[in-house]
Amino acid sequence: MKKETFSVVNHSVLKIDGLQLALGRKSYVADLKPSDALYVKMLWSPHAHAEITSIDIRKAETMPGVRCVLCHTNTPRNIHCTAGQGFPEPSPYDTFMFDKKVRYVGDRVAAVAAETPEQAEEALKTIEVTYNLLEPVFTVDRALEPDAPIIHDEPEAHIPIPVPYEPEHNIVAKVGMEAGEFDQALAQADYSFDYTYETPYAQHCPIETYISMAHIDARGRVVVETSTQVPFHARRIIARTLGIPVRQIRVIKPRIGGGFGSKQEMLLEDVVALMALRTGRHVIWQLTRAENFRTGRTRHPIRLRIRTGVQKDGTLSALGMDAINNTGAYGGHGLTVVSCCGSKVLPLYRCDNIHFDARVVYTNLPVGGAYRGFGATQAFFAVETQIDEMAEAIGMDPLVFRQKNHIRTGDGSPVFQALGEGKEGTPMTIGSCALDQCILQGAAAIGWERRTPHTEKTGRYRTGIGMCCLMQGSSVPEIDMGAAAIKMNDDGSFNLTIGATDLGTGSDTVLGQIAAEALRTTIDQMIVYSSDTDLTPFDVGAYASSTTYLSGEAVRKAAVKVLNQILGVAAEMLEVPAESLEARESTVFSADGRQATYSEICLYALYQKNQFQIMDSASHITHKSPPPFAAHFVELELDTFTGCIKLLQYVATVDCGTAINPKLAEGQTEGGVMNGLSYALTEQYLFDSRGKMTNASFHNYHIWSMRDKPILKTILVPSYEETGPFGAKSVSEICINGPAPAINNALYNAAGIRLREFPFTPERVWNELQKKQA
Amino acid sequence: MNRKTITCKINGVQKEFLVDPDTRLQTVLRDQGYASVKFGCGEGACGACTIIMNGEAVYSCILYAFQADGQEIWTTEGVGSLDKPHPFQQALVEEGAVQCGFCIPGMIMSAKALLDREPDPSEEEIRLSMDGNICRCTGYEKIWTALHKVIAQGKGRES
Ligand code: FES
Ligand code: FES
Repeated sequence: MKKETFSVVNHSVLKIDGLQLALGRKSYVADLKPSDALYVKMLWSPHAHAEITSIDIRKAETMPGVRCVLCHTNTPRNIHCTAGQGFPEPSPYDTFMFDKKVRYVGDRVAAVAAETPEQAEEALKTIEVTYNLLEPVFTVDRALEPDAPIIHDEPEAHIPIPVPYEPEHNIVAKVGMEAGEFDQALAQADYSFDYTYETPYAQHCPIETYISMAHIDARGRVVVETSTQVPFHARRIIARTLGIPVRQIRVIKPRIGGGFGSKQEMLLEDVVALMALRTGRHVIWQLTRAENFRTGRTRHPIRLRIRTGVQKDGTLSALGMDAINNTGAYGGHGLTVVSCCGSKVLPLYRCDNIHFDARVVYTNLPVGGAYRGFGATQAFFAVETQIDEMAEAIGMDPLVFRQKNHIRTGDGSPVFQALGEGKEGTPMTIGSCALDQCILQGAAAIGWERRTPHTEKTGRYRTGIGMCCLMQGSSVPEIDMGAAAIKMNDDGSFNLTIGATDLGTGSDTVLGQIAAEALRTTIDQMIVYSSDTDLTPFDVGAYASSTTYLSGEAVRKAAVKVLNQILGVAAEMLEVPAESLEARESTVFSADGRQATYSEICLYALYQKNQFQIMDSASHITHKSPPPFAAHFVELELDTFTGCIKLLQYVATVDCGTAINPKLAEGQTEGGVMNGLSYALTEQYLFDSRGKMTNASFHNYHIWSMRDKPILKTILVPSYEETGPFGAKSVSEICINGPAPAINNALYNAAGIRLREFPFTPERVWNELQKKQA
Repeated sequence: MNRKTITCKINGVQKEFLVDPDTRLQTVLRDQGYASVKFGCGEGACGACTIIMNGEAVYSCILYAFQADGQEIWTTEGVGSLDKPHPFQQALVEEGAVQCGFCIPGMIMSAKALLDREPDPSEEEIRLSMDGNICRCTGYEKIWTALHKVIAQGKGRES
């Protein structure tokens, strides 16, 4: 690890928006609503698959308070993709603002804007719709049958990049790769394994549901204030959907109440924008919690068949993954999520013979999207369960087996090169990897040496200790771009403007720290403003664990340029060569002991001689996606009478390179783990026979509270990533991947059972215990 | 509908509103500019709308505005300011417990109701009192730490 002394970076400076939010000051979209805004309500499809044969909105238009009604007969029919990704998207264009066909319970049918929410609700009831019901497709197996109904039969559906797309077979995408001789290696392995795993639907559940508001500014442009992770993509997609130029649209992201991937999507903005254009009024639309569950984006359920081969000495000789991704009614993120099942998981262990084959399939169920972990979460459950199983078969401690096989600094993987975002990947050598330390420190913290085999355990209550290893990425190489601009003010402070999107992670603070470090100033001198398409430079947005690593480097580069300008002005003021100067603590010092403060320098530049604005900008793309690494450990107590699991302690170690803000990095880890724990144990979508989610409420979809919180220990294990700003890599996603496999492995250690499906509800665990006894 | 004028004290100030019988207290408070009262579910299941009414932490989304008539209400706006944050607000910021921040005002109200009643609560009391507030960002660790910091400093009852 490289030793650098930092003055701002690697310090837990206070989050710059922390106090304003803790005081409850007006910060979020809903807080910005003027009192005369119109409210939107949507009529959602009650059917999973149907054609709208007629729709009559005339009555609704005359209802009290109603100012605008939209449906497929009076809105632009521009095919698009709601996923907020790079352009052209690696996702199909399969969505209209409103369509003649509905494809899941919760698809759009018609929208009303009225003076009050109640009036809008009343008006919805008067809309007359007749449907021609079509056979719904509720499983990927049915979707793939030759006589299955075609979910996307609209002629406009296409994918804008050259990859297979077969809507006539309900296939959204296919992707795969081979390295070495997989079949042969599997056949010749001392032990081989072949299991199929199913991962469930889940929702991000940001406490702020989806919300967008639009109005028309004095010049007639439409301004959309929205809870989004992708303001620039949202602007592009709104423009396409409405058929208006990008220059007519301004997208602003104020503070937002969480996203976790769900808001990497353009879901409400087109409707409020069009209604604002039609009415000239402020128009606001916020989803209810039930709507958020039913029509918001979800985690793709994925079936994973894992075939592996291992030699008696512990060599992993074959590693194969066949994945079928249920993307629901629309295909956004389907291909990239399933690609990440391979690209973010298969390289973790050294293996010469690798097979990966994946399909993405439409069904008439809720729509998958980007969700923290993005495919890696699903695949790690399967792979890390099976890794444990292989270690067991050869009689090796699963920790030692992982130590023997995991990827290390200097290693590459054929997977990196083969799997990208809708195209080939980017070859990469691991530059920083402290996974060995993560394993050692985590093992010590949990007390791994206390672990005894399940065969020695008896009695009703049995404890088990399990672990898993994890990786993710940092940004999408050669595709994603972040930009930053820095402008100096006359008191020596700086405006940092970035397109990057802080969705609660603290990225505004982290990026401010990077700028302050490079500018040799302090965080309180940074005025950070982000995510406004009129005022900030471009950034792809908050996804793919990219902001610190990608946008952070853009910030650092811009700061270095500005620092050079500062030194240039100081050289003029002090009449010495710039190279002889040194900047620290907002002051420039000459070798002979004279100095100029940043304020003096800026005042000179603005007012005195050769005047100019000290400012610059920089953009950054990455050529690799350096993985953060993690080792997670859990100790639990299983009640073998009931199948109930009690968590005793959880240890999360993570190597995220230099933690720019250690407390915020810990917070990402803790939040990811907690979300992963409730995903593993309690969260699930329940459906009725018509494809409607029946538990669309926090009363019945259980996410954890402080009462459920186990003892959780987070250990940041430093490494130094040469290509990242001050050695940083990502931290936001990786830790959500750990709980499901770690708990599954602990269940095995407790009672000798391995589940292939979760959440690990008492019923499911109990059934497994009965099967084992039989 | 039978509109009715209700009077209540909010953050120490006497207020009067004309409200419909089916209007929720959450809606009235938000419309009156108490933006700290968040909408997270509208069904008493997330705690984002928590306020203190007559000393008790309650969900304002499942109360009718009528039920506030004659009552004393506190929202996060009344708890601290930029110049003088409540010790728990300060601790939350210092501990890095504010991520998206959306749950935080509700957390503050639940914690304040607890600390006002019991400045040195047991672990079990804390878990029970905070059970009604969900946070999807933090994993609760840092909120927990911040709360314990305030309790340890004996600042629980300050406001
Ligand atoms: S908004 Fe009141 S409890 Fe969720
Ligand atoms: S900080 Fe985001 S929900 Fe708690």
